[in-house]
Amino acid sequence: MVVPRPGAWRWFGVFAFAFLIFTQTLAILTSPPDRDMGDLEKILYVHVPAAWITFLSFFVVLAFSARYLWKGREKDDLLAAAAAEVGATFNGLTLLLGMIWGRPAWGVWWTWDARLTSTLVLFLIFVGYLALREFVDDAQRRAQWSAVVGALGAINVPIVYMSVRWWRTLHQIQSNPNTMDPAYVLGLRANAFAFLFIMIYFIHQRYVIASLQRATEHAAEAVALGGQQE
Amino acid sequence: MTRRRWAFVAAGVLIATFAWLLYGGIDKNIVFFLTPKELLAKGAAGYDVPVRLGGQVKPASVTWNEKALDLQFVVTDGTGQIPVHTSGAPPQMFRDGMGVVVEGRYGHNGVFQATSLMVKHSNEYRPPKPGQRPGEMYKTLLDGSGP
Repeated sequence: MVVPRPGAWRWFGVFAFAFLIFTQTLAILTSPPDRDMGDLEKILYVHVPAAWITFLSFFVVLAFSARYLWKGREKDDLLAAAAAEVGATFNGLTLLLGMIWGRPAWGVWWTWDARLTSTLVLFLIFVGYLALREFVDDAQRRAQWSAVVGALGAINVPIVYMSVRWWRTLHQIQSNPNTMDPAYVLGLRANAFAFLFIMIYFIHQRYVIASLQRATEHAAEAVALGGQQE
Repeated sequence: MTRRRWAFVAAGVLIATFAWLLYGGIDKNIVFFLTPKELLAKGAAGYDVPVRLGGQVKPASVTWNEKALDLQFVVTDGTGQIPVHTSGAPPQMFRDGMGVVVEGRYGHNGVFQATSLMVKHSNEYRPPKPGQRPGEMYKTLLDGSGP
């Protein structure tokens, strides 16, 4: 299998982090304190993009899992796994940042409403997917099983998204440009792009590491079988 | 083999938690709170059972005793309304007209005795109107006088 080389990706990483610093500064400096919650609104620019990226990561897991099941290419399995690791990280961040906002805004760190519970379930699916990968030793079986889990687990993404509309929750429903003053919209959109770039960079980096590991394993297998290294 | 055993234990814990959340946690909390109208409609069955009540803080209904940390207000959904009594300082966004969810029991004396108070925020983000100072809107009741 072909191991990707760094090159332009290194500069993309530098750009992604620089852009994130820029958009965070922009959002914090340009947004006025909210009428109800004052400067607490600043957490909007990390919590909401983290949640969006969590959803998007699971769609990436779904897409590569489905393509693996269709074509059986090892590359798709490794990309799905990389997206799951990144998704789990952003999902954990979404929960933590939400709790940090919830304590001063709602008065509680946590409550078992449908939005919070389904977001925690999504995190458990990510963790379960990654745990499954850890304990299946055979590479092909690991890829097949986790592709099935990755494709089925994605069902929970629309449930999390719609939970605030389907059920009565403490968590507010989605904001939109009608419920947000324009002063908050730009910062949110800019940070959504910054988080997207970070997600792409992280998935790529994790994919590179995973392909290096796989290449090592293939080489070790070849040596053990007494053949030539690839 | 130990790694495998550890992984099976981890998977077991995950599946158990997952099942508990799905069939215990979510199921019980699909209806996260009742509105005053719904709680009143339950009649005798609505009294003295642990329940969550949600609605708006009725304007000009808040009585706050700072020394005793004693808080009384009325929760309304437009049609029904229920007086609530609780102790302790409320979250900083608590004030007239805000959405709240309280946990506790509806007593036979017609007062909802709350053990916890949560403020429900809308999906709106607005800068203060001219003359409004966010520092005065978002503040703890402990520092200043009553609302």
